[in-house]
Amino acid sequence: MTIPLTVNGAPAALAAGSTVAALVAQRSGGHDRVAVALNGDVVPRSSWPTTELSPGDVLEVLAPTAGG
Amino acid sequence: MSTADLAPALAREEAADPFSLGGEVFTSRLLLGTGGVPSLEVLERAVRASGTQLVTVALRRVEASSSGAMLEVLERCGVRLLPNTAGCRTAREAVLTARLAREAFGTPWVKLEVIGDEQTLLPDAVELLDAAEQLVADGFTVLAYTTDDPVLGRRLADVGCAAVMPLGSPIGSGLGIRNPHNIALLREAVTVPVVLDAGIGTASDAALAMELGCDAVLLASAVTRARDPERMALAMRQAVEGGRLARGAGRIPRRWHAEASTPMQGLPEL
Repeated sequence: MTIPLTVNGAPAALAAGSTVAALVAQRSGGHDRVAVALNGDVVPRSSWPTTELSPGDVLEVLAPTAGG
Repeated sequence: MSTADLAPALAREEAADPFSLGGEVFTSRLLLGTGGVPSLEVLERAVRASGTQLVTVALRRVEASSSGAMLEVLERCGVRLLPNTAGCRTAREAVLTARLAREAFGTPWVKLEVIGDEQTLLPDAVELLDAAEQLVADGFTVLAYTTDDPVLGRRLADVGCAAVMPLGSPIGSGLGIRNPHNIALLREAVTVPVVLDAGIGTASDAALAMELGCDAVLLASAVTRARDPERMALAMRQAVEGGRLARGAGRIPRRWHAEASTPMQGLPEL
């Protein structure tokens, strides 16, 4: 059973009961300085393992890049 | 005095009036943006040539972000990171981006940008002030990218921004300082550091910013998009240093007519 999510603007699905930590592991692509927004709020790194995802959650998984 | 005296002269100038920003003292008054850099090799050479101690970075979706190697380069250069809120258009977006950046980079420092117009990328004064107030209350060290309006600059300082960073002209335009008078007025209007941010095209623009009394200069495109970024970074460094010394040395007043530098006394009648 999976739950429907929106991750970085695109539809995604993760196993029911998945946490933010699981999503980051799947998406971070080797970045260790990742930040996550869940439904418009920051999820602190310390809360990733305990924050379970719910159907319809909107997430942004962000990483450093060059910028002005 | 020879050019060998330049470094000690600068050191004396800095010792007498150090550049203190957010409670930290910096010996370099050039802040460098990483946007537009063609490669990590060029980035490293430019950062080293510039002598900068504070470098801006951004956050983007992981799939669009550069590899972690950029941060390794910056760490190797020993610079401090200044995350920005580039691309944000509302106070809500900017505050959330700053909080995400604090998580990702582990720093409460933020270059606050809230853009109000696509074409000019000019700051949205209303959203900017709102975001600045919220972020200061949340414990951030806010360096606010703003227009060259002295009144808005004062309002940003009043809500607790650690620095006010007026544009010289639109981001990436290379048009230099379009209203030097406003920059000088803004400098008089606030006691926090004023950092000329955006619009710098070449070294003389950076020198002018310092001559007008700015405490530092922040630039990106002028270096990263120059034909030779490393050489331009060095030029900017020397321009900032030269402008700083000139400001301290006290320029002569502008005159409508000439004032002879050779004495008239003893002029022969021929």
